[in-house]
Amino acid sequence: MVFFGAACVETFIQQLINGLTLGAVYAMVALGYTMVYGIIQLINFAHGEVVMIGAMVSFSVIGALVAAHTGLPAWAIVFAAAAAAIPVCMAVSYLTERIAYRPLRGAPRLAPLITAIGISIILQQIGLMIWSRNPLAFPQILDNRVFHVAGATVTSVQLAIWIVSILMMTGLAAMVYRTRLGIAMRATSQNPQVAGLMGIDIDRIIAATFIIGAALAAIAGVMVGTYYGIAHYTMGSLLGLKAFCAAVLGGIGNIPGAMLGGIVLGVVEALGAGYIGDLTNNWFGSNYQDVFAFIVLILVLVFRPSGLLGERVADRV
Amino acid sequence: MSAPLLQAENVGKYFGGVQALLGVSFAIRADEIYGLIGPNGAGKTTLFNLITGFAAPDSGRVSFEGRPLAGLKPDAIAKLGIARTFQNIRLFANLSALENVMIGRHARTRAGVAAAVLRTRAQRAEEAAIEARAAELLDYVGIAARADALARNLSYGDQRRLEIARALATEPRLLALDEPAAGMNATETQALAGLLRRVRSDGVTLVLIEHDMHLVMGLCDRVLVLDFGRRIAEGTPREVQHDPAVAAAYLGAPAA
Repeated sequence: MVFFGAACVETFIQQLINGLTLGAVYAMVALGYTMVYGIIQLINFAHGEVVMIGAMVSFSVIGALVAAHTGLPAWAIVFAAAAAAIPVCMAVSYLTERIAYRPLRGAPRLAPLITAIGISIILQQIGLMIWSRNPLAFPQILDNRVFHVAGATVTSVQLAIWIVSILMMTGLAAMVYRTRLGIAMRATSQNPQVAGLMGIDIDRIIAATFIIGAALAAIAGVMVGTYYGIAHYTMGSLLGLKAFCAAVLGGIGNIPGAMLGGIVLGVVEALGAGYIGDLTNNWFGSNYQDVFAFIVLILVLVFRPSGLLGERVADRV
Repeated sequence: MSAPLLQAENVGKYFGGVQALLGVSFAIRADEIYGLIGPNGAGKTTLFNLITGFAAPDSGRVSFEGRPLAGLKPDAIAKLGIARTFQNIRLFANLSALENVMIGRHARTRAGVAAAVLRTRAQRAEEAAIEARAAELLDYVGIAARADALARNLSYGDQRRLEIARALATEPRLLALDEPAAGMNATETQALAGLLRRVRSDGVTLVLIEHDMHLVMGLCDRVLVLDFGRRIAEGTPREVQHDPAVAAAYLGAPAA
């Protein structure tokens, strides 16, 4: 067999590292899907587009700062990009909730779902109009230091992505499980009607959920942009779909599930891409990478529709 | 006599062709325990829903402390000072008992999204105060030992108590209880009556739907009797008990 021996271990570790990086990004985006679903049972298909806008805004900010020769260190420029992308994404997400979803609160579930698809198209077209139809290359400002681990390599950008996403996810978990806003969010997702009776303004909690998800999406957008070094107005749709798969894998509506689902999906995808050539005698190449997310989605829907950590579906009955 | 705390005037409600309530009027005075009784389907829970903003009346009006409730969302009504419990218990099943009560404090505290994310000092102090108050309320209803248990793992009687604690956390002037003694044995019911008397003496007016006549007669100052969506009697428990219309509603009309 081809995959024994030292070279094989190295490939495995390398793909694991790549997969964890990808997975961290998926997890951040999946959280936005799962939190919104948890609270209003809407699959917000426009969420991937919010990531795209985050990447685009950060592209513009980084480009402007680099062109201005401010002499700022690279990390400060990326930080500034994130600081600009986050409020823009929050505003976009809040506005879609306020304008498109809130008026449909009492409507059958299909109506907001189709609206979400419409919003997704609108945001994509806005991205096209502002940032052109060309793939935009990020200026290479981060000096990508490379570390060697057990024959594989980790870049400083990958490390940064891991650290930032761990920080963000711990912060989110602390907020959801410790603060009153978090308790109010969980109460609203369990029973909005009674939550209202307790003096919780449901509309505010829903808006807060969209805004928090958008902040995570913005950061994910900056990560994807700096990691791959490229942004495009359609980048949100595939990324969004995969993050949605990750959310379903973890158990839609379940916050730890989205984190786990994102990581698992990223690793599966990277390992799949790394080994598919060997396994199929090079009939399929690593360009089939995108297929794995959807194979996972299908398998989950067939064998464990409530997802890895999801018991919520049963709870609702 | 002072102005009523809650007043319903000619309230009507339809569900499709079914007339759930028809021109019902009544007034609840401050600091009394007001009972709402009637056979199944009389419209008691519907009336509760109208009082607490769960549903809007098709006709007539409900006002609380002189303010009409029409058009107010449930969270606004909670802030005015009306709280309720449910016939079929509706706790947040996957939150702890303590968290369930903390939720009730929402009506009385400020919740800033920014403050929650930034964890300001004031925010943390407020959260500590909320938690302390919630623990007090659990103690008040007698389930302090179960504070960290998930609501769904509590016994049925404890769930009913938790619902009351959660409702009290909103600092209501009027507490509406939908069959608080349902499913309780005689001892538990007696303890519940003691708790409700204590709630009233602490300045909360109570209105309750109850089928346990023993409890109603022992606890309520005045009782309203509904039958098929109409008001058929109102008065002290003793007066109502001897009202021929009430006997007819419960037992069928006497053979003429």
